Amino acid sequence: MNEQVRQLLEIADDELILGWRDSEWTGIAPLLEEDVAFSSIAQNEIGHARALYELAARELGTTADELAFDRSPEEYLCAPIVELRLMDWERTIARHYLYEEADAVRLERLKQSDDPEIAGLAAKIDREEAYHRIHAQMWFDRLQAEPRFTAALEDLRPQAAALLDSSQRNGHTPELTTLWEEMTVVRRSQPAGTKW
Amino acid sequence: MGAAGRATPSSLIYEVFRQERKGQPFQHAGSVEAADDHFADVYAREQYGRRGESSGLWIVPRSAVTEIHDFVDELNRNYHRVDGYPLKEKLKEARERAGTAAPRDR
Amino acid sequence: MSEQEFLEYVQSDGQVEATDELPDDYRAKLIKFIEMHGNSELMGVLPEREWILRAPTLQRKLALTAKVQDEVGHSQLIYRVVEDLGKPREQCLDDLISGKSKFHNVFHYPTKTWGDVGVIAWLVDAAAIISQKALLKCSYAPYARIMKKICWEESFHILHGRDVILTLMNGTDDQRELVQEAVNRWWGPLMQFHGNPIAKEEDPMYIWRIKSQGNEEARQQFLDGYVPQIWELGLTVPDPKLRKSDDGVWEYSEPDWDELKSVVTGHGPKSQDRLDLRRAARENSAWVRQVVLPQAA
Repeated sequence: MNEQVRQLLEIADDELILGWRDSEWTGIAPLLEEDVAFSSIAQNEIGHARALYELAARELGTTADELAFDRSPEEYLCAPIVELRLMDWERTIARHYLYEEADAVRLERLKQSDDPEIAGLAAKIDREEAYHRIHAQMWFDRLQAEPRFTAALEDLRPQAAALLDSSQRNGHTPELTTLWEEMTVVRRSQPAGTKW
Repeated sequence: MGAAGRATPSSLIYEVFRQERKGQPFQHAGSVEAADDHFADVYAREQYGRRGESSGLWIVPRSAVTEIHDFVDELNRNYHRVDGYPLKEKLKEARERAGTAAPRDR
Repeated sequence: MSEQEFLEYVQSDGQVEATDELPDDYRAKLIKFIEMHGNSELMGVLPEREWILRAPTLQRKLALTAKVQDEVGHSQLIYRVVEDLGKPREQCLDDLISGKSKFHNVFHYPTKTWGDVGVIAWLVDAAAIISQKALLKCSYAPYARIMKKICWEESFHILHGRDVILTLMNGTDDQRELVQEAVNRWWGPLMQFHGNPIAKEEDPMYIWRIKSQGNEEARQQFLDGYVPQIWELGLTVPDPKLRKSDDGVWEYSEPDWDELKSVVTGHGPKSQDRLDLRRAARENSAWVRQVVLPQAA
């Protein structure tokens, strides 16, 4: 796997797993209006993952769904921070804020790629992420006086470093395996290649 | 909108007006509960635009909207209405005078 | 306007707004009916949301997330209408969680397989849409207006459901079995969904023109639309008496009205688990509402 594809997979895996975690709030978010808004963010993340997988899939001779679902947990390249199950709103928003901060930097780099397809996709994703950044900032502004929020930010900040530094992606949390088992339970129930 | 019988909402209510396509009027679409203008912007966008169904939105705090439901017309201003212009008989008479009355007028 | 004049007005297709004088009985029945709808959309999210996490392709994951998101959005629209009628959202949620107010039977049952995901979007949502279309002309205009948006969004859900089911039916034997097994389990609740066949002239919801259709009419419409769809795929319906008679009326085994009553009063297989989940989520996030809303409950 060349470096470019590896980089695409890192980001795609981050977006997929984060999107999976964010979609856990659908139906049980603190406010009904926020439930709807946060679900769009989760969907965008999965959508971004899909677009990135599609690019990588062409290089690797496979499909986006196969990359998303048919690898074993150890083969995913996501950063541990996205794997964490954070079903407390302050922790979810803290991660959301830290992730968007790092992702903005990452996307800027990607927009400078020599490969026009990658650069083009990064620009499209960045335009959607603008909305995520507004959302994260809005919550940050509201919660920054809350001790539980600032504590969550400080707690998670060290793990955010791996988002921009691949050398810090040294393995996975046990949570990823649990997540993967649930994520693939239906898909694994039938032979590879079955249409769903 | 602010009449008796409405529950005091636990937050601010923002009314949302949406425009289906450019050139069309903005119509009232519904309301969202939001802590402030920023939240209202995000929430209105989601509820009334996530499927790309609106080309524009106006978001207004409910408190900024005043309502009028009573219109007074005690003296029957029929010159403001279509029924204030009884043309059929007059046209029939004018055509007869000019000899151009259509068969059905006779 | 006297109550009699109001009745005549709504029975001649007249509509009213939030700021109009409403008879107490009408307002009370309206709140109860609309609140139950809001509760149902919110509770309906719970059987489906687990499958978002297990969706076997990225496309299915996106479509299912969007569907569930719509349902939360519907509950927001509906509770806003109830709030403008005089009952605050927080009170509605309190009453839902305490069991004081109800939600529709179908949302008290477990979802066991991916087959359920298909059957819910295909058949359960179809039954719901028939009821919802009968609300498009509701005498209470704010509710009629949101029903237009709700019905439009539901049309995507039906497409998604059909797509899931057809893909399964064209797949492996196991996948076809998933669908048949789900149809077998959901048939009873589906037949109970539209309620016992009270004559519409005796149904206050019809008398006040809150809905424009009686229960049996809705059920017949469902059978007429969907039994042929079920049969044409080679699936069976677990009711030996189900047939369309010569005069176009569907005959079927008497639904279990005791089961319906028991389920909607909170004794369904998943009623308490789901209410517990709602209660826990709400308690866990109470601090967020206090921080974010100026006068939070």
